[in-house]
Amino acid sequence: MVQSLNYLKETPSQTAGPYVHIGLAPGAAGFDIYKSELGWDIAGPDAIGERITVEGLVIDGTGAPVKDVMLEVWQADANGIYPHPEDPRAAEVAKGFRGWGRVITDFDTGLWSFDTIKPGAVPGRMGRVQASHLNLWIVARGINVGLNTRLYFPEDDAAHAADPILSMIEQRHRVKTLIAQKVAPGKYRFDIRLQGDDETVFLDI
Amino acid sequence: MKPAEFHMRDREWHPPAFASGYKTSVPRSPKQALLSIDQTWSEITGPRFGHSDIAAGDNDLITNYATTGDAIGERIIVHGRVIDENGRGVPNTLVEIWQANAGGRYRHKKDTYLAPIDPNFGGCGRTITDENGYYFFRTIKPGAYPWRNYVNSWRPAHIHVSIFGTSFSQRLISQMYFEGDPLIAKCPIVNTIKDQAAVGQLIAALDLNATIPLDSIAYKFDIVLRGRRSTLFENRLEGN
Repeated sequence: MVQSLNYLKETPSQTAGPYVHIGLAPGAAGFDIYKSELGWDIAGPDAIGERITVEGLVIDGTGAPVKDVMLEVWQADANGIYPHPEDPRAAEVAKGFRGWGRVITDFDTGLWSFDTIKPGAVPGRMGRVQASHLNLWIVARGINVGLNTRLYFPEDDAAHAADPILSMIEQRHRVKTLIAQKVAPGKYRFDIRLQGDDETVFLDI
Repeated sequence: MKPAEFHMRDREWHPPAFASGYKTSVPRSPKQALLSIDQTWSEITGPRFGHSDIAAGDNDLITNYATTGDAIGERIIVHGRVIDENGRGVPNTLVEIWQANAGGRYRHKKDTYLAPIDPNFGGCGRTITDENGYYFFRTIKPGAYPWRNYVNSWRPAHIHVSIFGTSFSQRLISQMYFEGDPLIAKCPIVNTIKDQAAVGQLIAALDLNATIPLDSIAYKFDIVLRGRRSTLFENRLEGN
């Protein structure tokens, strides 16, 4: 016999189901119940940095857009600082910069989009630097545990070569699944593929 | 406090992405292995919420959408604590719920089940845990409803729950079921989870101690988020 470790187990995940929108984004789903909807304003009015729009689809294994996704984003500000008390530079974050947002897809097309600012590079482990990125989390009917991934920006090629996460991807042709396309000034496209030849790299964080 | 990593998520405890009995997971489950990464600032930080983000009555689903009277159905209290794997309360964290009404119908344009909409019931609520991680909601017990998985599949009564914790790596969505419901064991979504002890963790217990006499039945539902490594020793998150 040995002593028991006595750790509790994490509550197991279940799918967010087809009606996640009324619970987490009721206003966006056309359901007026709360005075304030959370997650629509990621950067706030005073944040410095380049204003950008990101849009995309989540595509299933048959090639069809997934039309009932909820997607959340968590990001640093333009100086690479997270608005969180444990970030040593958190006091420098502009008032109103939340760094977090959530969007749902259009029920007819599956398109999602959000407006924010481009984040700065973020300190990594062991003194390395992580290229500018958005942390994404997607849930939907049929997704049993929310999927984590990252969006990187195409103009940061040089930084990508040094990025500790991108560097870990063994099959180098899959790196591109984490890099958005620039479709217009300040506008990026990022399609997430759940399966298939171009399946997005998902992360176990 | 020095930054420290959160415990690894036990993927054998959670359902797998692909579960053939839950048909919608078939085309929506990644086929490649997840890339396991060491946590960085991006993972150990996460959004924060405060009481200014919500309104006082948001956690009372019997009244938060009512206009002509209380919502119809069995009046219940759902309460418990949000704790981590080390047993510590998670204070000041956002808990959001959504559910069907007493007849098993959601107020959602995609739900066409024949049970009627209750004009006084919206079906969603939110609250922020107190300094000990405690939360409570008042609501009505949701009904079971049919869904197109197999020809004759029924969801057990359930409440969807969304929790943040303090870091983006703790982010979790799950579902709460009710003690004694015979549909739990038949449900293809419940059965995506392999370990029966893990299923049990999703079943709220009848809590007569918290029941309000002549008013509401109570169910207790504790939610466990990923724990965090001790910071007793130097770690390498920030470098050498």
